[in-house]
Amino acid sequence: MATEQMDGGRALIRALEAEGVDVMFGLPGGAILPVYDPVIDSSIRHVLVRHEQGAGHMAEGYAHATGRPGVAMVTSGPAATNIVTPLCDAYLDSVPMVVVTGQVPYAAIGTDAFQECDTTGITQSITKHNFLVTEAQDIPRTIKEAFHIATTGRPGPVLVDIPKDIVDPVNPRSAMTWTDDVEMDLPGYHPQTEVDEGLIAAAADLIRAAERPVLYVGGGILKARAAEALRALAELTGIGVVTTLMARGAFPDSHELCLGMPGMHGNYTAVTAMQESDLLITLGARFDDRVTGRLDGFAPEAKVIHVDIDPAELGKVRQPDVAIRGDVRVAIEALVAELSGNGTGDTDRSAWRSRISGWQERYPLAYEPWVPGEALKPQYVIERLRDATPDDTIVTSGVGQHQMWASQYWTFDHPYTWINSGGLGTMGFSIPAAIGAKVAFPDREVWAIDGDGCFQMTAQELVTATVENIPIKVALLNNSYLGMVRQWQEMFYDERYSEVFLSPDVPDFKMWAESMGCVGIRVDDPDEVDVAIAKANEVDDRPVVVDFRVAASEKVFPMVPSGATNSELLVPGFQEGQPR
Amino acid sequence: MNVHAPEHRYHTLVVTVENKSGVLARVASLFARRAFNIESLAVAPTDDEHMSRITVVVDLESAPLDQIIKQLDKLVNVVEIRELAPGQAVERELMLVTVTAEPDRRDEIVEYLDRAGGKVLSLGTDRMMLSLVGPPRRIDEFEDLLRPYGILELQRTGRVALASLDDALD
Repeated sequence: MATEQMDGGRALIRALEAEGVDVMFGLPGGAILPVYDPVIDSSIRHVLVRHEQGAGHMAEGYAHATGRPGVAMVTSGPAATNIVTPLCDAYLDSVPMVVVTGQVPYAAIGTDAFQECDTTGITQSITKHNFLVTEAQDIPRTIKEAFHIATTGRPGPVLVDIPKDIVDPVNPRSAMTWTDDVEMDLPGYHPQTEVDEGLIAAAADLIRAAERPVLYVGGGILKARAAEALRALAELTGIGVVTTLMARGAFPDSHELCLGMPGMHGNYTAVTAMQESDLLITLGARFDDRVTGRLDGFAPEAKVIHVDIDPAELGKVRQPDVAIRGDVRVAIEALVAELSGNGTGDTDRSAWRSRISGWQERYPLAYEPWVPGEALKPQYVIERLRDATPDDTIVTSGVGQHQMWASQYWTFDHPYTWINSGGLGTMGFSIPAAIGAKVAFPDREVWAIDGDGCFQMTAQELVTATVENIPIKVALLNNSYLGMVRQWQEMFYDERYSEVFLSPDVPDFKMWAESMGCVGIRVDDPDEVDVAIAKANEVDDRPVVVDFRVAASEKVFPMVPSGATNSELLVPGFQEGQPR
Repeated sequence: MNVHAPEHRYHTLVVTVENKSGVLARVASLFARRAFNIESLAVAPTDDEHMSRITVVVDLESAPLDQIIKQLDKLVNVVEIRELAPGQAVERELMLVTVTAEPDRRDEIVEYLDRAGGKVLSLGTDRMMLSLVGPPRRIDEFEDLLRPYGILELQRTGRVALASLDDALD
């Protein structure tokens, strides 16, 4: 066995290399300084961010796009607290990520030293696990454990906090012996991927008997690389699929069995099919409140099959009739084998299918067409952008109206082309996430669809994108408002607009973009949209920001009002009064 | 703390955890984060120096037992969880209590104490310090018995528990 004497800082970088890390996002500072010296000689590309939150979301974007763990490295104290938001975001959306934070020297911990904070304490409840490493010799094993935990079972973020003394070559405490094979020591960690065959048979029986089944699929499908298996199951059984916000792209939107997105802003057919269903085949989804609406009125007649790798999700919100713990791809493949072998049953679902197609015809996703003199429609911008970009374009979004319109009006036909902040709802997510995705796939188009509120939270990372030559594109749906909050105030607070108006002319987004080294384009009228998109698509040597000035009065529909059941879905005004 | 509530409301979990710094904080933080209520908690090393044992009595009015166990099990440092339903566990708690005891009343206190199986640990001119080990309910009863004399100071440990064997002599 090869051994080598080295310091903890070099060992940390070497351990990251051994995990196959090709890029990391970060920003140095006092406590992590010694680890940045070996970064110069490493094969790992380091992307220098302008704010640590950006590093975290870039790592998430990279992980969403590739399935491989994103890596970020920052210093102690304020850097660690700045990356708390991405950690929580990754925790709620089950994103594999490893974050390395610097810490004050071990002997100084607890003394309120400069840039000291209790990083592991702060991040305990928003990481899958975290470590405070106290000895240089433990660094390689801890890094190996961190990657193992982040990427297996239900993926999630893992934080490794590293006191300065164990990585600083001038400190004797940093001396350690590198060995190529270290053993993990995780006696309490045993993720289970295999599934119980008896439960698969029970689930298959429910499927055979169901008259109104729906495949309700969530982000777990993408985490488990199960999109192909899902398609096989849907086509074998002829059962329609709803894809949650986290699962957009897991099943092709263009497929005849695709019913679209469910939930608060889901389309009528997806929401209503679930609501009227007698069997929800729940695969890697977690009955989020934004999907269920008021829980006691959710899918009242449905039996539930629930497959999840995290047993704590089974029965957490809705009690399943068949609960299957395990990897969702393994489970789907087992279901396909069982239903192929023993038949899919002969239940007549023609009435159900015709009800579904009736809803699809009567209540398609739609918005009031633009009339001359009105401001640009945000939905139209997304439709034109969708039609003018390649099929495998990666789309990221922030949080709010633009996020919902992007999810609704884009056509996602490939997995891993939609990256957004679903669980935590983090404004400012889209630009750094797009950078992370573009670093992973430099040859693919990456568009951040953003709002003007979100843009102002993380826009400085466009400097990173320019300087590091990561030419993402940003479609800014700028309505001068915190639009989703404005929508709620219009609908539920008697049009009393409290603190939602930003500014129509400050900042000047075009100039701001140009000052950050991007191409800046401003669009006010519908007839400028295609020209601007074409111009943006021609640029491949720097980021582009297109400032689309869109109508502030536009609202996201359909909508299930907060506290209502999904049967009380509001459709846009011009669709009201149609027979349901 | 309502120790007189119906027994079925509380379940005892015996949680084996890695003996590492911060593990108790992780367990406590999980209970706080998920809004699970802890009725009683005791932590101590086990015969294996790498492991500690947390005996935690959980309040099932705050969350279903199944969910508490599954969330606990997700903690990487939690190695094993055993659920001890009421009636399937031998449970013990230790109480130290200082009670007002003028010389003329000591005999009757000591008589109660002997019957309960407790000990006198310390004597003062007008007070006594007693200890009693027993099932939590018996400790409750003894506490009630002492109250009329005047309890000056009282400390209970929180319960520890092991699964009953074939023939529980409890």
